[in-house]
Amino acid sequence: MQRKKIDLSPYLLISPALIIFLAVVFLPALNAILMSFQSYDLRRPSKIGFIGLDNYIAIFNDPLFWQSLWKTFLWVIFGVGFQFILGFVLALILNKKFFGRGAVRSVSLIPWVTPGVLIGLMWRWIYDGNYGVLNDIFLKFGIIQEKIPFLAQQTTAFPSVVVTIIWQGIPFFALMILAGLQGIPTELYDAADVDGANGFQKLFRITIPMLKNTIYVSTLLRIIWVANSVDVIFNMTAGGPAYSTQTLSVYVFNKGNALNLGYASTMSIMLTLILLAVAILYLKNIFSSEEE
Amino acid sequence: MKKGRFRLTKIFSIYLPLIIFLLFLLFPFYWTFVTSIKPERELYNSTITYWPNNISFESYKRLFTSFNFLKPMTNSLLVATSTTIISLTVSLLAAYAFSRYKFKGKKYLMGIFLTNNMFPRVLLLIPLYAIMRNIGILYTPFALMLSYTTFTIPFSIWLLSGYLRDLPISLEEAAMIDGATRAQAFVKIVLPVLAPCIVATGAYVFMTSWNEYVFAVMFTNEASRTIPVALKNLIGQLGVEWGMLTAGGIITIIPVCIMFFFAQKRLTEGLTAGAVKG
Repeated sequence: MQRKKIDLSPYLLISPALIIFLAVVFLPALNAILMSFQSYDLRRPSKIGFIGLDNYIAIFNDPLFWQSLWKTFLWVIFGVGFQFILGFVLALILNKKFFGRGAVRSVSLIPWVTPGVLIGLMWRWIYDGNYGVLNDIFLKFGIIQEKIPFLAQQTTAFPSVVVTIIWQGIPFFALMILAGLQGIPTELYDAADVDGANGFQKLFRITIPMLKNTIYVSTLLRIIWVANSVDVIFNMTAGGPAYSTQTLSVYVFNKGNALNLGYASTMSIMLTLILLAVAILYLKNIFSSEEE
Repeated sequence: MKKGRFRLTKIFSIYLPLIIFLLFLLFPFYWTFVTSIKPERELYNSTITYWPNNISFESYKRLFTSFNFLKPMTNSLLVATSTTIISLTVSLLAAYAFSRYKFKGKKYLMGIFLTNNMFPRVLLLIPLYAIMRNIGILYTPFALMLSYTTFTIPFSIWLLSGYLRDLPISLEEAAMIDGATRAQAFVKIVLPVLAPCIVATGAYVFMTSWNEYVFAVMFTNEASRTIPVALKNLIGQLGVEWGMLTAGGIITIIPVCIMFFFAQKRLTEGLTAGAVKG
């Protein structure tokens, strides 16, 4: 095709999306930075004004901030870690041929499309200390002798919410890895069979290396989503008891609900900066594949 | 002999682990459903029944008579439908530009939309709340529609450009050589082929808007609240209305599941394409 002057049409086509994006993402993000330098507590409207770095200093001296950061770390490590392992196993099973595979695949994805609120509330009911079904099952199998208020005591609350987030994330990993598995040429396995490789060798020498990029991208995405997730924890424990399930996102949300917008913005910026490291890895990957 | 051993390994390597997985993944839904059809006195009883002794739809009835669940349902429907229409329209235009034109700054513009996935939702929550409060649309459906486009537009652009890139460009070129304008070629040739993918993208946008909670709880009030907020409100000061809550939960996920099953094939193709490639 012939080359003309600069064609403006692609810019025109993108402009509606770009304008909305600038208005609802870019400006608010700038606003968040501005608010982090202000005392902006809607319950104390007379005191709203710039205070320099005071919010940042306050955060560094806030033991709850550090505790929430640590909880976020544990939440991501255990949450994403087990989502990955279990999702991987599920994908390996779903990749085999068996009766009713299509139906099983669809059905096992349902947790992924369930609203986070509902997930939180369903599990809260399962964990209930008086009428919860988990207590009943554990009692029947003799695992415990008396009922445990899973979400009401500090020792059990955090592991309980982690199990819930694992449950939510298994389908996502299974979906991504299954798609990756289907892209591996079967000749590789045939050749390995000829060479007499066993199942483990095939898994570690063929399957996992071939899935490297899929695993990398889906893990990065999942780390960001899990770190940012608010609705599941908030609807199970709201961060309690005694802040034992309060991740940084939940802390920001609680502060926002308490209308201390300046302090909440400052913390959300800290969270963004921390996640930026993960985000940069992800974007690098996207851009390198975009170039091909 | 060999065949028998084969079947046994199949049971242990496929069916047994599969059953455990399905039990874990699906039991919460089963339990929610069973809870929703139990009468009140069976619900709060010291012996737990795994299938109700008496089936009762009392909770569903009360949800609509004493709680007025229809209001949040219509609010959710309104917000999710309008978000879907807005997002699809502007994203389709942008995705077409990204996949069919070469232009300066393309990479950076695409990058702007992609980075969006990375922002914590709580980062935008606070300033959006302040902005909407100042311009007076807080607690209206507009507040939710606008805030949902923060993640639905970038996501739709990403998904739709992927679908478009896989579509051979030769058909459009042939039509344009025959004298069709670019717009005609788009409407007559691209749109019909792309329709299932647009539906899948729309279904995903609808689901995420229907399910969203964090923005919804801050940006709505009694009159404009959506289903997720309403469900949470069933937790009162006197304890939780588990019967009504689970009934509401079942009603909430039925439309989502139906949409998902229809859109599933295209959606999973589009979602996994980016990560699997390379």
